[in-house]
Amino acid sequence: MILVELRKMFRRPRTWATIGVLNALPLVVAVLLVLTDLAPRPGQGPPFLSAVLSNGALYPLAALAIVLPLFLPIAVAVVAGDSVAGEAQAGTLRYLLTRPAGRTRLLVAKLVAVLAFVLVTVVIVAVVGYLVGTTLFHAQPLGSTVLPGTGGGAGVGGTSVSGTALTPQDITNRTLMAVGYIAVSMLGVAAFALFFSTLTDSPLGATLGALAVLVASSLLFTLDAASPIAPYLPTRYWLAFVDFFRDPILWRDITRGLELQAVYVVVLLGAAWANFTTKDVTS
Amino acid sequence: MNGVIVTRGLVKQFGRLRAVDGIDLDVQPGDVYGFLGANGSGKTTTVRMLLGLVLPTRGEVELLGGRMPRAGRRVLPRIGALIEGPAHYGHLSGRENLALLDASGPGGPWRTRRRRIAEVLDQVGLAGVGRKPVKAYSLGMRQRLGLAGALLRRPELLVLDEPTNGLDPQGITEVRELLLDLHRTGTTIFLSSHLLAEVEQLCSRVGVLDRGRLVLQDEVATLTAPTGATVVETPSPERVRATLDGRVTSIDGNRVVVRGDDPAEINALLVGAGVRVTGLALERPSLEQVVLAATGASTDRVEAPR
Repeated sequence: MILVELRKMFRRPRTWATIGVLNALPLVVAVLLVLTDLAPRPGQGPPFLSAVLSNGALYPLAALAIVLPLFLPIAVAVVAGDSVAGEAQAGTLRYLLTRPAGRTRLLVAKLVAVLAFVLVTVVIVAVVGYLVGTTLFHAQPLGSTVLPGTGGGAGVGGTSVSGTALTPQDITNRTLMAVGYIAVSMLGVAAFALFFSTLTDSPLGATLGALAVLVASSLLFTLDAASPIAPYLPTRYWLAFVDFFRDPILWRDITRGLELQAVYVVVLLGAAWANFTTKDVTS
Repeated sequence: MNGVIVTRGLVKQFGRLRAVDGIDLDVQPGDVYGFLGANGSGKTTTVRMLLGLVLPTRGEVELLGGRMPRAGRRVLPRIGALIEGPAHYGHLSGRENLALLDASGPGGPWRTRRRRIAEVLDQVGLAGVGRKPVKAYSLGMRQRLGLAGALLRRPELLVLDEPTNGLDPQGITEVRELLLDLHRTGTTIFLSSHLLAEVEQLCSRVGVLDRGRLVLQDEVATLTAPTGATVVETPSPERVRATLDGRVTSIDGNRVVVRGDDPAEINALLVGAGVRVTGLALERPSLEQVVLAATGASTDRVEAPR
């Protein structure tokens, strides 16, 4: 069943179109940077972007930071929102369930497929970012990379320079951890969209529902009056992946972010399961 | 009870609307069962409850001896279904669609999958369809592909909702032949339709649904049994009335209905009196008349409480 869902997902032209679009934006940014040589000053613009002109090997992180606020969540919400509601709208859900695929099994398979999409997408953005970064910018032999401060992120960090040198091995490890962390953050988005996807027969409705949650969360986050609930907002710790590049790694926000996403994922998937296994399928 | 489909007091309430109101279906092995009803009479909701898509408010469903929806995993692989029109993934080929569907549940071993797919495509007349994506199919081809999906695991029971929808007259005949063929090899068929003619040609038993109630369930042969009257066709109906005074119950153009179930006797009387007779037959109600009468009665029942 899981293999079937993966096959469906990755044989769809739309999946690859989405991944293509996701990679287009960082590419455009990279080309513009190279042509103009105008990097944002440290602390402005997406994290890491100020540093890529001097070291292209950091571009995977810059690319992820570029797509993280909007593009990546949209892509995840589209795919996850489509997972059940799309089958309902196409009418294939009734045939899957009478096959019988089993409602719980189908939901698990959909979840795994969405998870695979998140991982594949994040990894491809990182890999393409690395290729773009190392071909367009000076790829310093990462002997003694000095990490610049990475401002602009979610209220953490300032504009100062961390300063210590990182080995190439260190950079690779930390990049992998950051990729994992971003994937987990996106899993929260996927959980919202999947839950909405079991509520409605309209994939668009499910996607927009999940996006509405994220927009609301980002908006509330900027509001001082909402500060009591800020630690519980789903987007609160998204940019904490930047903390992997402090020396030493600043674990506080990262662990909180992981815990928060775990709670959202468990609660929402539980709700999705409870709803989907007891609902009348009239599509 | 060891029927193929048995329901007891099946009720489905959607908010304030009672879509299905206490029906007791009884489909026996070897039946070709016609499930008739106007649009909105609760047919589709009932079919969905049979297959575990919609959960009943009250009552129970037994499918091939298993209580639905709990026994779904055990009995559904032995059932082929076509529910409210076919549905496929438009960007994939027909073959790919069938393979994915077959791989999504138990009882469809992958070793035989290719062979089974080739067989059913041949059966429904899509053997030469190639790699074309389903979105390029015509409505009739999609319907055939849906039927192929239902046949993929040689089911003991076929549950078909309007299977000839979108087919041209040749296609309808082909599908009818195919269903009769399957029936001969032991498949029980449950055919939900609002096309009386289709049901009359195919089915041995019918159930008629009207506003959520099963108003009729019987053998077609019993329902359309001779009424004990004879139909006489004649160019001179008034002379028939004069000859057989008192036995004529109605005259409609050249068609005269006469009490008595022995056409030979009536013929002898008429010919003896010099009345020209062009046709003679026992009167049988058509299925349409039976169904209309049954659903009419139900309308009265609904209005009675006022």
